[in-house]
Amino acid sequence: MIPQAQLNFVAPIAAGRIEDLRSLLLSMNSAPGVVDPENGLVPFARLEELHFARLVILQDQTLGDIRVYNLPQPEYPIYLAFLCDFDGTLDTFLSKLVGCSSAGLARIFAHCEGFSQGTDLVAWIKRYHRNPATAYVNWLGRTMQQVHEESALQQAIREWLNADSSRANLPPRQLQTELRAFITSEQSAGRLQLTPESATPLLWDIRNIAHLVAIPLLLLLLLPLLIVYAPIFILQLRRRERRDLEIAPRPDQTHANQLAALEDHDVTNQFSAFGSVKPGLFRRWTLIYILWLINYTTRHIFNRGRLARVTTIHFARWTFLDDKKRLFFASNYDGSLDSYMDDFIDKVAFGLNVVFSNGIGYPTSNWLVLDGAKDEQKFKYFIRRHELATEVWYNGHPGLTALNLERNTLIRQGLENPAMSDSQLQQWAQLL
Amino acid sequence: MTKPSSVDFADIQGLVRFGYGALTEASFHLLRIRDAAAARSWLASAPVSDAVALSQAPDTALQVAFTADGLRALGLAEDILSGFSAEFCSGMAGEENRSLRLGDIGANAPQHWEWGGEGKIPHLVVMIYARETLLDSWSQTVRGPDWNDAFEVLDCLPTSNLFGVEPFGFTDGVSQPTIDWQQKRQVKGDELVYGNLVSLGEFLLGYPNEYGKYTDRPLLPASNSPSVLPVAEDQPGMLDLGRNGTYLVFRQLTQDVRGFWQFVDKQAHSDPQARQELAEAFVGRRQNGQPLVELSSQPIAGIDKEDAARNQFTFDVDAPGLRCPLGSHIRRANPRTTDLPGASNNIFSKLKHTLGFGENSFGQDVIASTRFHRILRRGREYGPGLSVADALHAGLQDEASRGIHFIALGANISRQFEFVQSAWVMSSKFGGLTEESDPLLGNREPIPGCPVTNTFSLAQKNSANRRINTLPQFVTVRGGAYFFMPGIRALRFLARA
Repeated sequence: MIPQAQLNFVAPIAAGRIEDLRSLLLSMNSAPGVVDPENGLVPFARLEELHFARLVILQDQTLGDIRVYNLPQPEYPIYLAFLCDFDGTLDTFLSKLVGCSSAGLARIFAHCEGFSQGTDLVAWIKRYHRNPATAYVNWLGRTMQQVHEESALQQAIREWLNADSSRANLPPRQLQTELRAFITSEQSAGRLQLTPESATPLLWDIRNIAHLVAIPLLLLLLLPLLIVYAPIFILQLRRRERRDLEIAPRPDQTHANQLAALEDHDVTNQFSAFGSVKPGLFRRWTLIYILWLINYTTRHIFNRGRLARVTTIHFARWTFLDDKKRLFFASNYDGSLDSYMDDFIDKVAFGLNVVFSNGIGYPTSNWLVLDGAKDEQKFKYFIRRHELATEVWYNGHPGLTALNLERNTLIRQGLENPAMSDSQLQQWAQLL
Repeated sequence: MTKPSSVDFADIQGLVRFGYGALTEASFHLLRIRDAAAARSWLASAPVSDAVALSQAPDTALQVAFTADGLRALGLAEDILSGFSAEFCSGMAGEENRSLRLGDIGANAPQHWEWGGEGKIPHLVVMIYARETLLDSWSQTVRGPDWNDAFEVLDCLPTSNLFGVEPFGFTDGVSQPTIDWQQKRQVKGDELVYGNLVSLGEFLLGYPNEYGKYTDRPLLPASNSPSVLPVAEDQPGMLDLGRNGTYLVFRQLTQDVRGFWQFVDKQAHSDPQARQELAEAFVGRRQNGQPLVELSSQPIAGIDKEDAARNQFTFDVDAPGLRCPLGSHIRRANPRTTDLPGASNNIFSKLKHTLGFGENSFGQDVIASTRFHRILRRGREYGPGLSVADALHAGLQDEASRGIHFIALGANISRQFEFVQSAWVMSSKFGGLTEESDPLLGNREPIPGCPVTNTFSLAQKNSANRRINTLPQFVTVRGGAYFFMPGIRALRFLARA
């Protein structure tokens, strides 16, 4: 298995260069919200291991919200974020990225603080790369190569079925046999490829198992402390939950329209949001702890098509910035923003609440998991208000939802599995 | 939550409560305001029908609803107007992104519309209903002396009485949500059983919705002088312009009845029974409205005995879609899902399903909970009826346009109509499917990375799906707009604005 990794580059933009940078980034698009995959700056299409990428200027319009805590509005840098989700390691990816777009990257980074022509690009990018607090991958180990191969397989099977309508009526076992013969012949003719899974890098495996075991052990060690602290935590939490103010006015119409114009050009959409953590050590440590726990679950549990009940998120990440005073969230999801938010509200409100209720202005939550996002309209306003207009967004497999990818994987697994029971075969036949 | 007050039917336009089925004649006048003062004067004396139940259905009815442009033309201040929902203010054809989501591209694109596109947006719709033969005289009465000064007629949409059958020949309007007029519904946590009784606030502004919250609507500061407007239930210091009003989504949809039956006939190799079965599989119901899946033995809240034969069912009994295909029209438009599919009423099961551990086969729990996405349909057919036999007769051609004036009511256009339309009906990815959109309504337009959206699959027992390819477009959008249908007191307020 080749695990997925991410680039999470965040660098401050030089004073006075933001608008120049924005126009440069927008020049990579062929229409608002639609990137040219072969654009002259970063030709994403040439990076075949790349699932998703985005370039977004992190300029928070809600910085003033902190005034409700009688604190002055802080001065933070405005950042450029460059995010990529890809197969393999960061080092391999970066050398390929720089290999095909060094001039373009240099033009972009020239707008950042401290970049000069001649700076070593790989080193520069790595300097500003930071690990997200939590990362989510829909299907750990499914590479872009696999995505393309399985999609081609699904298409070939459909064409084979369409070519002779009696084939759809074959009993599943016979259907599987005939299909295997057909696919094998297509493979030998070089029209289809189904690359076997690669070996998992040993180091990755060791680290992963160590993480899998170490965190529960650590939690076990901390358990007495956590038990003693729990009642105090609840008191501290409840006091804040009663006191914290909501800031969820209807988003400015111009801002909302600007965001909407970028959406729904593909079945998958991007989402970037930015906000400040509530002041004080309590919220800070609660958030650090919770994101750390969630990261454990996304790494070891929710890595087969579902983030709890949600089946529409391809990749997502939460990143702390500015001494953990701010949090940046980015995701790639299927469907419209409204249906995405409805999923949040109706399926995983608890998960949203434990994280975002530590952010300034979030609709009031109770006991950390209750209410909050369930205040549908305020939550939707809060989300839109904190959302950023992503300048550039690339999807390596447009037109394929996460469920499509899962379906295609299941089609292939069934095809390659000679030992399925009759009921499994029947379920498989219906996926074709 | 504040204690719900009882509902004042005299303040609600009747269409929310009644379909006016006995009033078989109707016409919809799409108007632009020529003179605001004259329009207000017309409005002040217009005999708009309310929702008070009479011992016997009335002979006539009149309903009025405004677009955002219309409220502006009537003189409503911009700061009040901005209290309406963003999608209402922007309009059905107001943004490219909205058109993409609603499937209003290709032949459906607003630039081809007869009305509702740029430069052709109505200010209001005046909906006139009457018993047979009474429409003309009632229309005269409705118009009154101010009509010509007040309005310019953009379009006048006639309707026809096809006796409860839509132009393709299927019984129409079979499934409707039951409105919780008594406000007895108390939603606490996840609903594990599908119900058809839906909170009043989903269909009227000013009342708690399915989340127990009040949907945003324009509220005005209460001044010292008395106002015609009711007080906002959730904010007693404010007057509620939305209360007892709702949004009205209007879409004129032409139906290619010949194209539909001829396509189905070809697929069925002209076998009448196979043709019938395929058409019914597209819809998910028999032509007479009976569902293709088995009825449930358990009653469903909000479905009375009379309605049980056609609506006492969910799709849980047919998860693979063997009887009613997964992509059929009624499964898309109303998937009858619960908040937590598969969970039983104990904390472990709920927790398991909440965390997503309960699902062990593809496509389980991938469709949103239905109760947040219901619409109340009040559409009417138009154009001459066409029997299946005539539709199949290649020699017979007429130039007549026929279809449905689709009318849907709801307090939240984006969460109700737009969600149903974009995530369920028009989506070629609904429920884990691919390459297919609604067999009746789909626009068959390619999407990036996925050129094919014009197939339909029928699950078969013990074999692969039967697939129907190259479905043509059967339904085309000819016009549309988002309206606000005010309460009666709000109408009086607007008449004075």
